[in-house]
Amino acid sequence: MSEEATQSVFRVKHDADRHEDMPPPRTEVGVIGWLRKNLFNSWFNSLMTLLAIWILYKFIPPIVDWFIISAQWADAPPEVCKEVSGACWPVIYEKYRLVIFGRYPYEEHWRPLIGVLILIGVVGFSTNRKFWRPWLGLVWLGGLAAFFAIMWGGFLGMKLVPNNLWGGLPLTLLLGLVGVTVAFPISILLALGRRSQNVPLIRALCVGSIELIRGVPLITLLFMASFMLPLFMPTGVSIDEVLRAQVAIILFTAAYLAEVIRGGLQAIPKGQYEAADALGLNYWQAQRKIILPQALKISIPPIVNTFIGIFKDTSLVAIVSLTDLLFAARSAIADPEWRAFFVEIYIFIAVIYFCFTFFMSRYSQYLERVLDTGHGARR
Amino acid sequence: MSDQSTEAQQELEEAAKDMPAPAEDYIIEIEEMHKWYGEFHVLKDINLHVNRGERIVICGPSGSGKSTMIRCINRLEEHQRGRIVVDGIELTEDVKKIETIRREVGMVFQHFNLFPHLTVLENLTLAPIWVRKTPKKDAEQLAMEYLEKVKIPEQAEKYPGQLSGGQQQRVAIARSLCMQPKVMLFDEPTSALDPEMIKEVLDTMIELAKTGMTMLVVTHEMGFARTVADRVIFMDGGEIIEQNEPEEFFHNPQSDRTKLFLSQILAH
Repeated sequence: MSEEATQSVFRVKHDADRHEDMPPPRTEVGVIGWLRKNLFNSWFNSLMTLLAIWILYKFIPPIVDWFIISAQWADAPPEVCKEVSGACWPVIYEKYRLVIFGRYPYEEHWRPLIGVLILIGVVGFSTNRKFWRPWLGLVWLGGLAAFFAIMWGGFLGMKLVPNNLWGGLPLTLLLGLVGVTVAFPISILLALGRRSQNVPLIRALCVGSIELIRGVPLITLLFMASFMLPLFMPTGVSIDEVLRAQVAIILFTAAYLAEVIRGGLQAIPKGQYEAADALGLNYWQAQRKIILPQALKISIPPIVNTFIGIFKDTSLVAIVSLTDLLFAARSAIADPEWRAFFVEIYIFIAVIYFCFTFFMSRYSQYLERVLDTGHGARR
Repeated sequence: MSDQSTEAQQELEEAAKDMPAPAEDYIIEIEEMHKWYGEFHVLKDINLHVNRGERIVICGPSGSGKSTMIRCINRLEEHQRGRIVVDGIELTEDVKKIETIRREVGMVFQHFNLFPHLTVLENLTLAPIWVRKTPKKDAEQLAMEYLEKVKIPEQAEKYPGQLSGGQQQRVAIARSLCMQPKVMLFDEPTSALDPEMIKEVLDTMIELAKTGMTMLVVTHEMGFARTVADRVIFMDGGEIIEQNEPEEFFHNPQSDRTKLFLSQILAH
């Protein structure tokens, strides 16, 4: 018998023997199956499910009621708001410009608005991997220059606005973005320095500065930069207040990031260094082309974690009288008429903070996905 | 090991006839070289002269220092006493000299050590572009030539993680060759491979041997040693115990330690 014939005989036999496809048991599919499998598969899980339902029942309706149903949505004076049991959203229509732009002159608010859009634009532009080229640094420099130009003014008929009047979102974004972007390269150098076995002096210097800066609270750094530094300066020389806070934030971020990146560097197998060495790459070539791309990639989650933390920590600059978003919000509700509605204002800035941090979080997940080249599990 | 089928045996013998003869000048000279790991004396009084074009197989039990010895040749390990001269340049602390030597000495590792974040082609062109300053176009052309030679040109755009072990090791060999080295070091190149992939890597190495490349190979593949080697070196306890032509080495070992090792490795 030919091979083909044998096969077809077997196939017929096989087909004849085949079981009919049967539907799976009712308990395995559909809503009931899902519920049984996921929510009620043991007495403990059943208990937990019931508890969760009870908690949701207790909390969700009042929240929805306060936020939406009983809330005052239409613009109204504070007296009207006092009569409603829900949220008073008119306070935000009334104060949002003060919250977002702080003490910046009211009639010039279009300038910080453009400033914010420039910063967001630069970040948005940088999210595209195609643009990760050396000239991206120039884009950042250009963006920051444009930001400063429009914020300072003093030309083209724009009123000069010194930076002690800057505040709110532009200031928070500036401190956060510049803090992170300047700290990032510094932190890489610190991490590499801390791992260099051959140059003990550099190593000691890096370890010392990381431990020192990481060991004190950011508030202390800000306070020192703001109040102690001028004491050491010769009379007549003063450093800009925003700059002082910015430097403190940069140092703090760099120290934290350095340790995160060191963790990534330690995860790179020795074989990668050896292969780079064996091919004749020098130290910097090996770091730049082989080690750092891999180390930074595996450090993305903790790096972004640090970024998010620092972005929110910029609110500590209030201690040195800079009007960041949070401080601007507190100033905005200093108005006795609206003072009662501080919760709504805090919710408002919480939403602003959340928008930015949530974007960072999602973007980092996207990066992890596109940078994955399928190693790790397989070799 | 010894139980290769007669067909494979014949194939290897055929290949053995094609091997070009080594020249009579030294490309590597190791004299009275010692190395310690802390207190542990890992290499003792190593003397080895390698002719240009010579193919040497180094074998010995694990922990005998054979990997450490070849890793001293491109300074992945530092020796503490004695002299190592590669292509006329003595290995010292001098970073420039070390880099020069590394450019001329290729190395293939047990675990391949490909760069997982780069494609196969990028793995191959990286060092020529950055170390040799070859223009990108030329480097890519050269890389494709070597990928043809190791018979996987179609994988050029893939990432190492998408290849089998045998393919990865062939890419690693091609990556070293792209630097056009004068010497190739192999540190147990087939030890991390599944059995069915060993042959494809050994075949690639045999092809390379036919081109007259100077090769130092640490391996337990005795069939390969018989086919390719001009000399087999046996190491134990950090010393070179015995060295000889493969025929003599396998059929007429001199020291007891060599006999014991051969009986263990060829027993099954």
